[in-house]
Amino acid sequence: MLFLIIKRILLGFITLFIVSIITFVGTEILPGDACTTYLERQAFGEQLEACYRRLGLNVPAYERYVSWALNAIQGDFGYSLSGEMPIKEVLGPRIKNSLVLASAAIFIGIPIALILGIITALWRDKLPDVAISTVTIFAMTIPEFISATLLILIIAIWLEWLPGIVIVPTDVSFLELLPNIILPVVAIAMIMTAHMARMVRSSVIQVMASEYVQMAILKGVPYWKMVFKHVLPNALLPAINVVALTIAWLLGGVVVTEVVFNYPGLGRLVIESISNRDLPTVQALAIILASIYVSINLLADLLTLMLNPRLKTLQIRK
Amino acid sequence: MTEMIQKVKNLSIGFRSKKGEEILILKNITTNIKKGETVGIVGESGSGKSTLALAMMGYVKHGLYTIGGECQFNSSNLLKMKSKDLEKIRGRKIAMIPQNAGQALTPNLKIGYQIDEALQLHSDLEEKEREKKISELLNKVRLPSPETIALRYPHELSGGQQQRVAVAMALAGTPDLLLLDEPTTGLDVTTQAHVLELLNFIAKDTGTSMVYVSHDLGAIAQVSDRIIVMYSGEIVLEGPSRDILKKPIHPYTHGLLKSIPKLSLAGLPESMPGSQPQPGTIQGGCSFFDRCNFSDENCKSNSPKLEFLKDLNTSVRCFNYEKLVNENQVSQTINKIKNKSQDKEILNLSEVSISYAKQKLLDQVFNRISDDNPTVKDININIKKGETIALVGESGSGKSTILKSIAGLLRTKDGLIRFDENRNLSSDLRERDPNDLRIIQLIFQNPDESLNPNHTVEEIIAQPLKLYFGLKGEELKKNIIDLLQKVRLGEFYTSRYPRQLSGGEKQRVAVARAFAAKPDIILCDEVTSALDVSVQAAVLNLLQQLKEDFGTTYIFVSHDLAVVRAISDRVAVLYQGRLCEVGPSNDVYKFPSHPYTEVLLGAVLEPDPDIKPKLVAEDIVEERPPEKGCSFQGRCSRIVGDICKKEIPPWQLTESGNAIRCHIPIKELQKEQF
Repeated sequence: MLFLIIKRILLGFITLFIVSIITFVGTEILPGDACTTYLERQAFGEQLEACYRRLGLNVPAYERYVSWALNAIQGDFGYSLSGEMPIKEVLGPRIKNSLVLASAAIFIGIPIALILGIITALWRDKLPDVAISTVTIFAMTIPEFISATLLILIIAIWLEWLPGIVIVPTDVSFLELLPNIILPVVAIAMIMTAHMARMVRSSVIQVMASEYVQMAILKGVPYWKMVFKHVLPNALLPAINVVALTIAWLLGGVVVTEVVFNYPGLGRLVIESISNRDLPTVQALAIILASIYVSINLLADLLTLMLNPRLKTLQIRK
Repeated sequence: MTEMIQKVKNLSIGFRSKKGEEILILKNITTNIKKGETVGIVGESGSGKSTLALAMMGYVKHGLYTIGGECQFNSSNLLKMKSKDLEKIRGRKIAMIPQNAGQALTPNLKIGYQIDEALQLHSDLEEKEREKKISELLNKVRLPSPETIALRYPHELSGGQQQRVAVAMALAGTPDLLLLDEPTTGLDVTTQAHVLELLNFIAKDTGTSMVYVSHDLGAIAQVSDRIIVMYSGEIVLEGPSRDILKKPIHPYTHGLLKSIPKLSLAGLPESMPGSQPQPGTIQGGCSFFDRCNFSDENCKSNSPKLEFLKDLNTSVRCFNYEKLVNENQVSQTINKIKNKSQDKEILNLSEVSISYAKQKLLDQVFNRISDDNPTVKDININIKKGETIALVGESGSGKSTILKSIAGLLRTKDGLIRFDENRNLSSDLRERDPNDLRIIQLIFQNPDESLNPNHTVEEIIAQPLKLYFGLKGEELKKNIIDLLQKVRLGEFYTSRYPRQLSGGEKQRVAVARAFAAKPDIILCDEVTSALDVSVQAAVLNLLQQLKEDFGTTYIFVSHDLAVVRAISDRVAVLYQGRLCEVGPSNDVYKFPSHPYTEVLLGAVLEPDPDIKPKLVAEDIVEERPPEKGCSFQGRCSRIVGDICKKEIPPWQLTESGNAIRCHIPIKELQKEQF
């Protein structure tokens, strides 16, 4: 078991290493570099040389990669080009903001998804299922930039209940941020919840049709006891991985939603730094997003492993 | 008058088709279960036997509904009962032992908890007493060390152990009536015999009434006092079990008993034509009309009623049963098979070993397999052109593994597979040339999975013809129709999809596909195990006919020793991936010389209440072969000493050409046989 965990963590690091190389090589291959972008039309002769020296771009690429990677491991991603600020400082509040947004969506979305999924499965083909399923399928099909725009139109512009876009500075306190994040959270949570509720529904239905549930009924186990003891533990286990995938997918959703709402998070930073050709920042963001992705999936695998008696004992025996 | 425990009255259950028609699964069933008796319900898949058993618990599957009639238990109708009241009967008064215990035990709950749950629901015992009771129950079903078993999860037990747990769980509520839905199907022969023996013991010990549902007349014969025979949703015959098995007076039962291969008779049994009609397709008249040898015009238009014959104490649904009453025993016509094998060797396995062990990184890099104790080891078999050789053994004996390697689907660790005396076949499919691939064809166990559901029969059979012979157009079409006729399917089958065919028809298509390649060797992997008994005989007869026509060699894998007896010229007995005995099938069956062969043959269930299985060895499941010594040492009842544990036994040859691998001298082995 321990060996397996270590192996998975090592694999995670290898994945990150590969991602870092791909992003580094990617930024190298692109025509132009930080200095040509920065100096624009003055990018020639003495000035360019000086810039290269200042930014350390005159040494071979692999040396730059090694020194960048060594610093990155310690959390130092170098300087952002546009603001000439340490990237670490740029990232800090952005990560916090995105984390607030994503975790709010997750903590609201997952319980609702579970409840909806279970209700629709247990009352399969009855009124509650038909009603909820219609809504979830509808929610699934609308991309978040449309639902976000609609939310702004209805809630912010017509009803004027909440601010439509976020115009607070990056480093405000949580309480000041709160009214601003409600709409983005709803936009993200809606599609995610709908996806998860569908997954949970089909998983519960599958288990309800299994022979062991029929056996439990024939054993005389009362309905709700059967649901909680025999159905849900087995139905929700595969759902853990689905949730992990959904959260990973959320990273993409966050980028789009943040841009629509002008929300000062990681997602908007990605778009900004790409359009500014701020390559060091792009590199740093790629690594950070990849590590989030890897660690969420790792967490889900470990959780499944711990909860599934079948996998657990299998590993111990081997 | 004996007391009735369950009365089924005019019960009809069915579903509504897409067109809105009412289609019946059970038609007007009336029967009674007496207190303390064991009733066997027998029928092929789709005869409604499981639906009837479930209805006796007041349970109707999703999609089906009760159309009429009732199931009375203690004079209340279970089918109209509220679920609150049903919960008090299910598990407490009537308990179910399911077909597949591996699927019927909840995977995330420990064995002990699942039994405890039944005790909590159906007894007033305190926690301490319940713990004691769990141990008692596990002891009663003869599971070793109950305390540790209770802490295990279902997947940590073997199939036989899971089935025993299911029995213990059913007994927890001390029910008055036990329903058993194919409780031994899917278990190994030896395990099956042990579980049946246990059920017999419980029936005697507790006086519980039992309803035993199965397609296997052999199993039914061992347990039941009375037998109900079902055919397309109707009871066609009901009576004392001995009479039904010895003197069946319904043509269906008569034909069924004739088509079951027996251990005592070599050769193929007569087959019954056709297959059971799909629900809702019978227009009128007797449902068995088109398969019946005794039918007349009356049977075509009128459907017979279930008639009670007082002097025979039997109910029968047939106009012409009198023709059968006068026929004495079921006389089995056997088509003796001719051993047409020539002296020419067609396939030779020498020193073949196969390993499933996960290979270390270093070995993977160098593309080699290292395993000191491989799953299959030292297989030496010499197969002659035109013979049928059978590989037999319990699950895990390596019989299918060997087939896979011959087909090139699984790499061998060591050894050579030689074709036609001089050509070495690589065990890696990618290294075989198209002709090597053509000469060996496979027929799989389950035609539902081996036929592409999106291809028509024509496309399925065309594949090998195009691939190996490059046939096109008219010629291709002609060949396809030829092949279909060879497997007794008409031309109109070409445009059908597998889902439009019955199980037997699908397997015929699979046979046609194998023969399309004009192979020298056909590997048959449990080809009849997924088929109903009445269809099995027809497929076996077809295979035999084709073999005689084409001179093909069969390598036949089966767990059913009676089927193997019927079709094979030679038998190789395997245990834990090692050969125990190889010899002409007449000799292997007549003098069961190797102790393991003896165990296997002793456990076979025959559809005859007078032939009881002999349980020689324990049904332990060994996870891997022993490191050294005889492969069967762990279960052998005739160990002669340390030599069995230390040395691999030598091959000994009997006069008739039977090779046995055992430390006991041949003379002594034969002396001690039953």
